[in-house]
Amino acid sequence: MNAIAVMLITQAVHGLAYGMLLFLVASGFTLIFGMMGILNIAHASFFMLAAYVAFQIMAWSGNFWLALLLAPLAIAFLGILMERVMLRRIRRFKLGKALVLFELMLTVGIMVCIEEAVKNIWGTDPQIINAPDALRGLIPCFGMTYPAYRLFIIGLACSILILLSIVLFKTRLGNIVRAAVQDAEMTVALGINVPLVFTFVFGLGTWLAGVAGVAAGPLLTVFPGLANQMLLDSFIVVALGGFGSLMGAFIISMFLGELTAFGVQFFPGYSTIILFGFMAFVLTFRPLGLFGERE
Amino acid sequence: MLLEVKDLNSYYGLSHVLQGMSLTVYSGEIVGLLGRNGMGKSTTLKSIMGLVRPKSGSIRFQNQEIAGHESYQIARAGIAYVPEERRIFSNLTVLENLMMGVKPGENQYQGGWTLAKLYHHFPFMKDRSAQKGAHLSGGEQQMLSIARALMGNPALLLVDEPTEGLAPLMVQEVRDVLLKINKEGVAILIVEHNLKVALSLVERVYLMGKGHIGFSGSVQELQSMPHVQEQYLSI
Repeated sequence: MNAIAVMLITQAVHGLAYGMLLFLVASGFTLIFGMMGILNIAHASFFMLAAYVAFQIMAWSGNFWLALLLAPLAIAFLGILMERVMLRRIRRFKLGKALVLFELMLTVGIMVCIEEAVKNIWGTDPQIINAPDALRGLIPCFGMTYPAYRLFIIGLACSILILLSIVLFKTRLGNIVRAAVQDAEMTVALGINVPLVFTFVFGLGTWLAGVAGVAAGPLLTVFPGLANQMLLDSFIVVALGGFGSLMGAFIISMFLGELTAFGVQFFPGYSTIILFGFMAFVLTFRPLGLFGERE
Repeated sequence: MLLEVKDLNSYYGLSHVLQGMSLTVYSGEIVGLLGRNGMGKSTTLKSIMGLVRPKSGSIRFQNQEIAGHESYQIARAGIAYVPEERRIFSNLTVLENLMMGVKPGENQYQGGWTLAKLYHHFPFMKDRSAQKGAHLSGGEQQMLSIARALMGNPALLLVDEPTEGLAPLMVQEVRDVLLKINKEGVAILIVEHNLKVALSLVERVYLMGKGHIGFSGSVQELQSMPHVQEQYLSI
């Protein structure tokens, strides 16, 4: 196989792996926004915190799989705490349209707290999480070799995507979530405890961010700034994919992953401008995104 | 007495929408809540449903105080809501919309209003059960909104402007459906701007002035008092 083809395929796999991580983060981000109208700026910080928690669990146990199991659960617990204790309380005040702004400021506060706490506990130097032995090295396939860990990320995210789709589209709970994304007030008037469903979705969303954070650890190294890129990219995914649309989030995540991978290769320096320019353009003309489910 | 609303005060932000609103609905009757726009008819229904939190006053349903309860608790107690604009879940299928009306812990075979019975009343829903709610016509969406409310087997149905924007033939159908439902023992409190439709449906009427009841009486009484109609209705 010629060198160009190898380079293209390698970049495509890189892009796919990042796109999958992005999807895990952004799917929670978009569900939470779609259902509750909360733009949780701290969402990507949970992603970053998960990587640190995984780093710590690895430092104690040396077991990656244990970290992958426990760190997302710990993050989901923090997420649920944030929803129950703070976001739910702020809704009780009659803030009207200003509520969205207050919620936004609250989540910005949480974001800053998480970042500073991480710096205090683990310092600012990048930390390294080693992938488990089984996932190190290269896997040969169709006359090429692929990094095993990236394939693992793709497989993990695909499994989660399938599970999530089944829950969302084939179960009553999923119907409730989709109904509440569209019209929470009507859903609650049908006798459904929507606040409880909110909590579940918030927990699920932060758990997904946690899984992505642990999975990203060995790939991107662990540092406090990990949240920044992810937050910006999640914004793009939610804005372009449509608020609350899982399908839209998936398509845009893949697109963005590839664009990032090839952009670095072919037009470094411009890919970010193009991307955010495009986001502003889409928001101007189709504010509900390209795949928005709301009317 | 099924529902007793007493001295209700509700606000939207700073505007005092309900100002000492009171009304009563007895088991099995159809009551009309009429009046000009902006008098607080919809807000009355939303306050009963718990979607607007009343500031003061009492709402008793089946002898239990429900004012201040969460909306889902009120729905589970036996009040169903068919809102203005229908508010069908457009990205859910017709069947999924219907199933959303089933109360938690119950299923579509329970109570007087089973899925099979609703399909019998509304055959188009069976034929188009797998279609998205968005693909239905306005009249069909109205029927679906009513059927969805019935899936929870309510004792009282709150219906807000069910014939708004519908073609005359569809208006008749909606009216007939509501009468049929009422014959099965479901009490209905309806807000309706079409006076002819309203008077052909209901037994008693309440006319709203600004935030409170200005007149209450039977349909015959109202018809014999043109000055009352003039005062409270836009004719």
